[in-house]
Parts: sequence; structure tokens; C-alpha cells
Amino acid sequence: MSVLVYTESVAGKFKKSAHEAVSYAKAVAEQLGTNVTALSIGDVDASELQALGNYGASNVWSVSAERLKNFINQAYASIIAQAADQSGASVIIISNTFSGRGLAPRVAAKLGAGLADGAVDLPEVAGDVLTVKKTAFSGKAFAYTELVSPKKVIALNPNAFELREVGGNAQVEAFNPVVDDRDLTTVIKEIVRAVDKVPLPEAEIVVSAGRGLKGPENWGMIEELADVLGAATACSKPVSDAGWRPHAEHVGQTGIAISPNLYIAIGISGAIQHLAGVSASKTIVVINKDPEAPFFKVADYGIVGDAFDVVPRLTAAIRAYKGNS
Amino acid sequence: MKILVCISQVPDTTSKITFTDNNTQLNTTGLQYIINPYDEIALSKALELTEGGNGSVTVIHVGESATDATIRKALATGADEAVRVNAAPRDAWFVANQVAGYAKDQGFDLILAGRESIDYNGSQVITFVGELLDVPSVNAAKKVALEGTAVVAEREIEGGKEVLSIPLPAAIGTSEGVAEPRIPNMRGIMSARTKPLTVIDPVDVPVLTQVIRYESPAPKGAVTLVDAGETEKLVDLLHRARVI
Repeated sequence: MSVLVYTESVAGKFKKSAHEAVSYAKAVAEQLGTNVTALSIGDVDASELQALGNYGASNVWSVSAERLKNFINQAYASIIAQAADQSGASVIIISNTFSGRGLAPRVAAKLGAGLADGAVDLPEVAGDVLTVKKTAFSGKAFAYTELVSPKKVIALNPNAFELREVGGNAQVEAFNPVVDDRDLTTVIKEIVRAVDKVPLPEAEIVVSAGRGLKGPENWGMIEELADVLGAATACSKPVSDAGWRPHAEHVGQTGIAISPNLYIAIGISGAIQHLAGVSASKTIVVINKDPEAPFFKVADYGIVGDAFDVVPRLTAAIRAYKGNS
Repeated sequence: MKILVCISQVPDTTSKITFTDNNTQLNTTGLQYIINPYDEIALSKALELTEGGNGSVTVIHVGESATDATIRKALATGADEAVRVNAAPRDAWFVANQVAGYAKDQGFDLILAGRESIDYNGSQVITFVGELLDVPSVNAAKKVALEGTAVVAEREIEGGKEVLSIPLPAAIGTSEGVAEPRIPNMRGIMSARTKPLTVIDPVDVPVLTQVIRYESPAPKGAVTLVDAGETEKLVDLLHRARVI
């Protein structure tokens, strides 16, 4: 009964969420007294594969067939299930990313495994049963889900488990699964990816703005603040609905749910639908000229003031801080 | 085009969520239930795709008879017929098995559901259904269009998007923006009363998961306010909190 972790890669590199998943898998393996096998699918550099050892993988199985280079959930799920069988894994860890969510249920169904998605902490172990803490009711609660099946799949939220570097290289070997053409009927027509930006769901710091900014032409100062912080930018629903910012930046109930270390909300009142997507942030800073804005009730730090005055000052103060440290 | 839409009901977005029985049960007192907003989007898309007599829309719901109002609302919005699987929706695996059990010999071209439910925030049902029926799936499509015998779907990926062409039959989870939301009109509400609602018994599904308790997030302490002229102080606080 070992632990298998699927490590998602983009353009030959592992994502931060993949390293978090390996750290998590290692911690679960320690709870169970076993070790971690990581599975990589697609063209990934040998050094990247070996470096998974630094996060706790003992072995790395790598699948690099040309026709499996791009993510197709049916084929990838089949490969992960085969790796789980052949490695004798009882626990399978997958990142709860856009792709991971289309993958984990298929893997669980193939293995007859119970699935807990949106995990935010290590499981509680009692004999053969794992209890996983997961998000529920859009940030308004956590649900402890017992996985009672012999095999278990856990989909770990990004930014929920910290990276743990343990040192060392993993033993890398090729894995050759059998993939049926029936699992490859989906055709990828186009992939569009901004290469130089921090992806929103993975960002440790997010700078977000709302209608208080008055118009799309005023986003320069938001981008500048994000830039000095190395942050991703986001926005509220009214802003994306008005076309001021792309829909991909919309965080909230119907947009993306995020859990960065630091969320800075500027000119956003904090409607319940918005809070549903951001309340899992570890630290929240609110800048709003209305002292009655509901967002202040869930904020850790706040400034009551005009964004056009406060944001440039804050950017300057952070630049000075970064210059000194 | 024959489309099946999976409908769940969830507490209204603005509901206060509390628990009873030592945090093991959701406190349903005073809770208002609505159709899961993402499932409503899926239904709107199905109605758009079958407009002008171009097919039929069946909704399926797993729930006990108290949920009939939710199903009637889906019929009033425009679905042609409804199926209710008479069982409490234990978890996503249970629900997906009911949907797949019903759909397997019905010849649907497309099965739609919301990308997630806003109660347990699982995004499992549509992908489970795809796997159980052995058809391709997209769990969270932002755009869906038909092209001959394929569906073209756009899905979000970290930092961008991906456009997929998927042969029918397929299972697709819908995100916001996939279709203009539709609401029932008076004619719809009248005709919903006479549209067929078939109640079927559940299939047996082994228990793989169960929620054993809940926890409310730790209450936030009071906000620490910083004067607008003292942004350096905020930077210092963030530094001490080790977030920058």
C-alpha cells in the first residue's frame, strides 16, 4: 500500500501545485508508513523528474509517448489507474486544478475508490479509513469526508499545503501504459496560454479590483501594484461583466475560487457571492473608501480611503520595502 | 439532438450555513432551496441547442418527493420532461450512478450538468457520468457549440484556455457564460403542470465516502485598520504576518 501522486506539468515543467501534491503525498505516506511514487505524463526534462525527490518522491514513473503529450482526461485517467494498480497504491493524490477536476472522478471510478476533492489538510488516519477535510458551502464550512473504500483518491486544493523540501533525487524510470484509442477521441484544437503571467489559481498573492476603480483605463495602478508584489491580478464579477477585464480574472461564486496567502481587494464592496470565492485566502487586505463596506468584516487589515490615493502610495511603500530587504 | 440535464438543488447562495447534532447534520431550518446555479446554466444551454424543434430536453434529479418544486421549475423553464430518482442524494458517486443507470439505454447525444454544486463544491458528477457511460467529458466548459456530430467546447486551463472537439455522445459540465440564463414565463409555468414527471427507483450503489462532521471556519478577528496616509505601516504589518 504505497501512495501514488500524479504530477501535472506545463511545457515540460512541473507546476507549483505538482510540487505541493508531492509534499502532501510524502506526508500521507509517512502517516501510513510507506513511500511515494510520482507519475508524470508528457515531455518533462529528466532533471525536473529527478528533482521530485526533493519533495519526497522515492520513484518517478514517466510516460512520454508522443500521442500522450497533451492532456486528454480519459487517456490520462486510464494511465493513472494502471500506475496505481502496478505500484500497488492504496492512496492516489491528484491536484484539484482545472485539469485535475476532470481527471480525479474518472480515476476513482476505474479503481472503485472513494474520492474527496478540495482537500485542504492532511487526512486523519484510523485503521484503513482516511478522513479528509475539504471545503464546502462555498467557503462557509468544511466537511470531513470519510473514505471507506480500500482505495482512495484525494484531490488537493492548490495553495492548501506548503512545500516541504526533504532533499534527494528520485529514481526515474519509464512507464509504458496501454492506452486504447477509444480514450483519445477528444481532439485539442487550440491551446492559448499567457506565458509570463502568474496563473490566478496558483498565485500566492492576488491583487483584485472592483467597480470602485471606475473604468478599465484605471487598471494601470493595479497592474503596477501586482507587479511589485509578483502577484496575479483579479477582479469582481461586475467588472468582468462590464468587459473592463477578461472573464478569466473573475473571482467569486461563479468565477474562480482562490486561496492565496495574501488577497488585496481594492474598490470591492464584498458581496457574499464575491466572498464565496476568496474567503479561503489566508490574509485579506481591503482598501475601500466606504467604511461600511461588508468586506471589512472579513478582512485582516483595512484602509478606509480612496483607491486612487492609497494604491500608488502602497505601491511606493512596497517598492521601498523590497529595495531594503 | 436528445439532451439530458442533471439538476440538483442547493441552499440559496445567501443562506447562513449552520449545523446541528454536534456538527454532524446541516441545519435545514429556514433554508431556501434553489436549483444549483450552474445546473440552471446547463439547462439554459440545452434549451438553446434544441430551439426550434431541434430535439428534446429531459431533466433528471435525484431526490425525495419534497424536491418536486425544483423539478417543476426546470420544466417551467422549458424542459420537455423530467425524471426523478426517488432517493436522497448521498454523494456525487451515488448521484452519478443514478444518472448513468437511467441514461445508459436512452440514446442521449449530450448529457449536461453544472460544473459544480455550490453546496459540497464537488465537481465530480459529470465526470463520473462520462466514465460510467464510457464517453468523453469536459468538466467545466465556458463555451459549447455543436459542429456536425461533435461538440466544440472551450475549457479553462491555468493561465489560459483550451478548445476541444469531442465526438458525441459526450458529457459536459457547464460554467458561467455558456448560455444566457432563462427564467420561466407564465406559459411555461402553466404547461409545467402537465409535462411528464416520471419517478423511478434508485439503483444500488456501494458506499465509498460519507461526510461525518462539519466545521465552520474560525471567526475572523476584528479588522486592523491602518490610516490612509500610513501605507508603510500596512507594509510592516504584512511583513510581520509573513505574507510579503
